[in-house]
Amino acid sequence: MRMKFLSVFAAVALLAACETAPDSGANTGNVGNASVTTPAGPTPGSAEDFAVNVGDRVFFGFDQSTLTTEERTVLERQAFWLRQYQNVAVTIEGHADERGTREYNLALGERRASAARDYLVSLGINPGRISTISYGEERPIAVGSNEEAWAQNRVAISVVR
Amino acid sequence: MTDLTRSVKLGSEDVAEPLPVFAPVVAAERVRPEVSRRMFARLAGGGAVIGALAGLGAVGPAKAELRIDITQGRVDPLPVAIEDFKGAESETTKIGTEVSGIIRANLERSGLFKMIDQAAFVQTDIVFDGVPRFGDWRIINAQALVHGRVSTLGDGQYRIEYRLWDVFGEQYMAGTALTAIPESIRRAAHIISDMIYKRITGEDGYFDTRIVYIAESGPANRRRKQLAIMDQDGANHKFLTDGNTLVLTPRFSPTLQEITYLAYYNNRPRVYIFNLDTGQQEVLGDFPGMTFAPRFSPDGNKVIMSMARNGVTDIYTMDLRTRQVRRLTDTQAIDTSATFSPDAQRVVFNSDRGGSQQLYTMNADGSNVQRISFGDGRYATPVWSPRGDLIAFTRIFGGRFQIGVMRPDGSGERLLTEGFSVEGPSWSPNGRVLIYFKEQPTDRNGQGGGAKLHSIDVTGYNEREVVTPLDASDPAWSPLIR
Repeated sequence: MRMKFLSVFAAVALLAACETAPDSGANTGNVGNASVTTPAGPTPGSAEDFAVNVGDRVFFGFDQSTLTTEERTVLERQAFWLRQYQNVAVTIEGHADERGTREYNLALGERRASAARDYLVSLGINPGRISTISYGEERPIAVGSNEEAWAQNRVAISVVR
Repeated sequence: MTDLTRSVKLGSEDVAEPLPVFAPVVAAERVRPEVSRRMFARLAGGGAVIGALAGLGAVGPAKAELRIDITQGRVDPLPVAIEDFKGAESETTKIGTEVSGIIRANLERSGLFKMIDQAAFVQTDIVFDGVPRFGDWRIINAQALVHGRVSTLGDGQYRIEYRLWDVFGEQYMAGTALTAIPESIRRAAHIISDMIYKRITGEDGYFDTRIVYIAESGPANRRRKQLAIMDQDGANHKFLTDGNTLVLTPRFSPTLQEITYLAYYNNRPRVYIFNLDTGQQEVLGDFPGMTFAPRFSPDGNKVIMSMARNGVTDIYTMDLRTRQVRRLTDTQAIDTSATFSPDAQRVVFNSDRGGSQQLYTMNADGSNVQRISFGDGRYATPVWSPRGDLIAFTRIFGGRFQIGVMRPDGSGERLLTEGFSVEGPSWSPNGRVLIYFKEQPTDRNGQGGGAKLHSIDVTGYNEREVVTPLDASDPAWSPLIR
């Protein structure tokens, strides 16, 4: 799980790096060594800053909505960031993989988003700053009918509004 | 021989066959199924036909009436000859060919009938008011014969008549005349198909029906989903929404005037009602959480649905007249995909309260909850047959999806089909056929996936794709149009 998260995290970081420095050929093609904190990084307090430097998503096991210690660490970083930037609100999007029925997955996505929201609230974040929405299996993050894609789609993503 | 006696009377008993009472689907549309009194009067007055049939009844050996017993498992398709309906002009001839073509396709698709190629017909000079030369039809092993004619009524309407004969029993079985405007000719053909189906199987047909579903297009991670509606044979296809808003799980009201479904308007997933007459969409109630998985009650006065809030999903009903909301389940689990029994006394739903998704029934007020599925795997999307005798469901086991049926007490479980993903069965109004969607796996580039509608007989035979213009999911079969 940790490895998967890191690879996604790194990929997001790489994407961001490419966007901010399109001519920097050195940053392309080497995901493993992508520098997460480039000097010309995202603006602090921005959605990009949150996604790149904090980590915007937590992953779940199959048909699960419990948060592992690792995922709690991600949410603790999110809470720390949200305390720094009090004017920011987030929507937590809950998702499910395609290996369930549509209606049940809508409920499961809601349960995952709620699990992430509840943990942030327990860390002192005002519940008024957090909304949730479930997309069930309708808006997959990763395409492909394979375990790797499914793991990325069992997710709650905090989107800065 | 009671059936022969009845047939000899031609008019009276056969006329008593329940004919669909027409309620317009579109205001302009008009089909007035009516029995041709004149036709029967002429037959009766003619004497020859009556005499011939009565004579057969008197001297012929007692023959079993032509009948397909569809309560049994697989049946061999019954060979049927359907002649192109005749017309006096090129226009009516064209309509006659169209109508008989629709009837043939309907009956053939049911899996219960096999059409005999018209090129094999021996008798080509059937007189509409006469009796066919049964021997000519026995030679080609036609068990049943249908012929008909189309005539103009002068005011832009057409008269469509048919006759159904039992070839080996040498009996007249059914016949009716329908009046149709040009726009309702297909419906007239579906109504005649239903009459033939009912006369031979003893059960109501399902051809004069529609299907609402979700049309899908676009890339795998951003699918465009639209409400769409079509006749059960795919004709008259229409998109009801533009695809800019995510919509899911449409279900018909029993009156067919409305569809309840889930939509993400303003990025808030909630249950809506779509009025087919006006095109208006209305959010259902003001709930503090996400509402989804809606279905109408059998009388159409309530919608049963789920609400998810704070990680918990429970089942509610809303009375559409009083707007009163009633909570039926109260657990920390996911209780969803609820549907009423046809008598509205019970509700079946799936819940993970026992650890994994299983099927439960309860009284319509939420009392007397009973778990009914006990097999390996997860069980979901239960739907009660309109006949009340079976519950169809989706089962997920060993990384595969299946569609199956069980009795309402959970006994007699049978799996009908399976695949990488098959989901969401919906019953034909006569409880004989299930429609569902089947999805193929997607590769790493998001290619190769996509869902299509399929139907299968409740016996597990005759699985076939229901062709749609785009990919398709979440089908819901309408009641019979009346």
